[in-house]
Parts: sequence; C-alpha cells; structure tokens
Amino acid sequence: MIISAIAFYLFAAITIISGFMVVTARNPVHSVLWLILAFFNSAGLFVLMGAEFLAMVLVVVYVGAVAVLFLFVVMMLDVNFQSLRQGAQNYAMIGGIIGTILLIELIFLMTGNIVLPEGPAGAQPIPAFDMMSNTHALGHVLYTDYFYLFQAAGMILLVAMVGAIVLTLRERAGVRKQKVADQMERRPADTLAVVKVQPGQGA
Amino acid sequence: MLEIGLAHYLTVAAILFTLGIFGIFLNRRNVIVILMSVELILLAVNINFVAFSAHLGDLVGQVFAMFVLTVAAAEAAIGLAILVVYFRNRGSIAVDDINLMKG
Repeated sequence: MIISAIAFYLFAAITIISGFMVVTARNPVHSVLWLILAFFNSAGLFVLMGAEFLAMVLVVVYVGAVAVLFLFVVMMLDVNFQSLRQGAQNYAMIGGIIGTILLIELIFLMTGNIVLPEGPAGAQPIPAFDMMSNTHALGHVLYTDYFYLFQAAGMILLVAMVGAIVLTLRERAGVRKQKVADQMERRPADTLAVVKVQPGQGA
Repeated sequence: MLEIGLAHYLTVAAILFTLGIFGIFLNRRNVIVILMSVELILLAVNINFVAFSAHLGDLVGQVFAMFVLTVAAAEAAIGLAILVVYFRNRGSIAVDDINLMKG
C-alpha cells in the first residue's frame, strides 16, 4: 500500500512539474521534451490505476508519434521564438487569475461533491486480473460493443493522414523527375531515324 | 493520505487541465506551445476517464479514453500540417499575424 502511495505521489509530482515546465519553458524544444516526460509519468499513473494497455498506448502513440511530430515541426521551422514571447507578462497575470479560479472550482467540485451512479457496476465490469488481462478485456469490449465507433476512429485517422499530406504536399518548379509513363510510351519509330549514307557522300 | 483514491487522481487531472489553460494564456502568440497545451488538456481528460473507469469498475471509460487519444493524434497531425503550410506562406507563426480571413 505504501509503495503504491509513494509511486502515485512521485508520478503525480513529476507530471505536474513537467506540465508546468511545458507552458513556461523559453525554448519550444525544451517544451516538447518536458511534454514527453509528462506523458511518461501519466503512463505510470495509468498503470497504477490498472489500465496497462492505455499506458502503453500513451507511450507509443504520444511519445513515439505526437511528441516526435512536434519535435520535427519545432526544429524544421526557422522561427525567432524569443520575439513570440513579448508581452507574455501581461497575459500571465490574467491567465494566472483565471487558472487559479478554475483550479479552485475543480478541486472543490471533485474532492467533496462527487456524485457516483448508484446500483450495480457499470455496463462493462472490469474482470479480475487473474482471469483476463486488461488488454484482453479491452479488446473484448472494443471489438464487440464498440466496433462501429472503432471503425469511425480509423476513418478519422485516415482522413487526418490524407489531409496532412494534401496540406503539406507541394509541386516545386524546376525539379526534374522521372516520368515512367512517358518512358514506357516511347517507341523506336518515334525517335529513331535510320539513314542510308552513300559512300563518299557523307560529311 | 496514504490511501490513494479517486479524489487524488481527479486533483492531479484538475491541476494538469488548469496548467493547459494557463499555457494557452501565457503563450498567446506561439501556436506550437498552444497546441502542446491542448495536448496537456486532453491528457488531463484522459486521466479523468481512466480514474472514473477504475473507480466504478467499468471498462467503457478506458474505451472512450482510447477514442480521445485517437482524436488527439489526428488533431495534432492536422494542426501541425496547417502550421507548416502557414509558415511556408507567411514566414511567421505569430498568432497576431493570422488575421487574413478577417471579414
């Protein structure tokens, strides 16, 4: 029990500290690295809650794909990030006030006044771990009851992929490319002329 | 204090959510950090989903958290693609400059 409590406080503290560093770091590359640390530690929180599959998906998808995508974009764009921070102090004041109010409200709501649904456990009870692993149980629920939503999620990812490619693809002028169709179309009769040269007449 | 319950996880998620909101205000001119703040907010929402799922013993919360993850990944990809195209056209990513479509 005490081990899990220590683990919780460790993961929670590092998550919150790195979340704070994400929004306050001067260099966006540092922001992305702190974001990766926040994702790793929230994966630890997920493991503590018994959601191992989501924890691993968080590490693979967020750290492996999304955070690296951010890192690529931050490093590819040649932006003067210092000039983007001008006037941050003016916004820090109002942002801090609004954030504090929101935080107090949220904690007040969540610590004392949670209304949980009555009656038996929900629609899909979590099986005991020695019967079925978290991944197995999640697959059962996802592929039987939520199959159409699963397909819709795949469609969202497909549309996002096509959209990202369409947005960033550009035809650059002056780039020589291989035109395979033109090469296949080419026939000897179109390009080759056989000339019979008389002896002594040639140049 | 040593008994970790639902309220502990919800508090962590609330702090993370607030940090995300604060980040949007603080980095009002930098689109990349705003997108990262949105990712933090979605992470806080996911922690809430999984905490309630574990507390109520209902697996549907984890299924929904996975869908949130999917949409977050798609959103990051499209957002960054738009950012790259914008930077290519204007040579800047300051939010103040993005007012071309103002009527």
